[in-house]
Amino acid sequence: MNIRKVKEFFIEKLIFICGLASIFFVVLIFLFLLREGAAVFNSVSPAGFLSGRSWYPISEPPQLGILPLILGSLMVTVGAAVISIPVGVACAVYIAEIAPPSVKEALKSGIELLAAIPSVVIGFIGMVTLVPWVKSVFRLPTGLTALSGSIMLAFMAMPTIVSVAEDALYSVPKSYKEGALALGATHWQVIHRVILPAAASGILAAVMLGIGRVIGETMAVMMITGNSAVIPNSILQPVRTLTATIAAEMGEAVVGSEHYFALFAVGIVLFVISFAVNVTADLFLHKRTS
Amino acid sequence: MDNISAIEISGLDLWYGDFHALKNIRAGFRERIITAIIGPSGCGKSTLLRVLNRMNDLVEGVRMSGHVLMKQEDIIGEAVDVTGLRKKVGMVFQRPNPFPLSIYENIVFGPRIHANMRRHELDDIVEKSLRSVLLWEELKDKLNRSALDLSLEQKQRLCIARLTAVKPDILLMDEPCSTLDPQSTQRIEELMRELKKDYTIIIVTHNMQQAARISDETGFMLLGELIEFGPTEHVFTSPDDRRTEDYITGRYG
Repeated sequence: MNIRKVKEFFIEKLIFICGLASIFFVVLIFLFLLREGAAVFNSVSPAGFLSGRSWYPISEPPQLGILPLILGSLMVTVGAAVISIPVGVACAVYIAEIAPPSVKEALKSGIELLAAIPSVVIGFIGMVTLVPWVKSVFRLPTGLTALSGSIMLAFMAMPTIVSVAEDALYSVPKSYKEGALALGATHWQVIHRVILPAAASGILAAVMLGIGRVIGETMAVMMITGNSAVIPNSILQPVRTLTATIAAEMGEAVVGSEHYFALFAVGIVLFVISFAVNVTADLFLHKRTS
Repeated sequence: MDNISAIEISGLDLWYGDFHALKNIRAGFRERIITAIIGPSGCGKSTLLRVLNRMNDLVEGVRMSGHVLMKQEDIIGEAVDVTGLRKKVGMVFQRPNPFPLSIYENIVFGPRIHANMRRHELDDIVEKSLRSVLLWEELKDKLNRSALDLSLEQKQRLCIARLTAVKPDILLMDEPCSTLDPQSTQRIEELMRELKKDYTIIIVTHNMQQAARISDETGFMLLGELIEFGPTEHVFTSPDDRRTEDYITGRYG
């Protein structure tokens, strides 16, 4: 009897520790980021860092303004959202409400497959197909633009948006649909007047999760957005995102230099943005279940 | 009482795949009375009700043959305008199913999908519909609240109000009181007596006492057949068929 109790005790504690581990590591990572990143504010003020218009980390003295990077990330993300949200939500509506069962299965597995493509492959495909196309269609000196990045990232956000939104649409009670049909509503009226509003919070969560994926994406954007850290004034210009900056420069930054600390500070900014996006998504999801 | 038939059914058969759910149904539902359909679970009474507004169309693999005439028009067949039919034949469901919208939006849902209306016309419809189900005094200051916060009885009344807003001819009720407590049930029954002045009501119910209390005519169904159909008093006191008597006296069901 006692041995069983002791066993129980240890198993429970073990599981408890495993449960805590993820939180523990998140906190650890955040503290590390904060310690390394905060050091940059010895040489530049937080406001100057966020709103500085030039990013020349290896000039003398280094200019550490990440506004071009923030705007680059923003532009690529907004572009990807504009493409992927309408297409993704429409796709989810089609799968959940319209498609016959066989088409539905085919579409769902197709979208899962899309999620399984590594981002470096997406970047590579974009580089050899989309980039030359953008260059010739818009008659640009280079096809490595924010637009190219947005289009490829839209593909990466789609699986998340479609599957979470489809789930939300699917969980709308059938009785709402029946009630609307019984009032003489057409199929489309049922969808846009009852089912979409009822699933709205779940769809918003899907959109936020998709955007979260886009903001954090690194490899594909680094390969196809051109990586020039200037403030963009058109989506047809090369941009550099926050993520690509870290990935491209971390290898060459001298440990302990201002450049090194600045890259960690960029990491903090990214962390805060994705955290905010995920929390928002969570709030919407939570609203749906309560 | 007038004898105008609102619905004439003849030779109606219905299959779900291989399952023969309705067998050669013949019946006439008269205008502006309450007709109850009773019978044990699975006898086809809900199926029969859902033929009348073609809600069975939603079921995969359903087939129908026969004739169901409403005002000389057959509602069985591919060519029928189903949304137009459902506007004339409203349905109240077993579980109240208000949309997750405000009370106001629930009621104007029907009018809005069928016509372009001005705000004040919609306001009128909301007041009239809520008055017709005796909810106006209770809810007139809460029209923008979510319909999901109402009590079950209020929700069911709201669902009835939502129907009256599109001015149907016929109200189909599929066990409308089965989720309500006895007091609420009684009040909904009173409402139904009130509504039969303007609507032809057909109610499917498990509850024989309810059928006896509120209906003018009753049909008894068993295993997909309409065994008996006639004035409620007759069906309940001196049924023609032995099986009806057995059901009513509680030998099965």
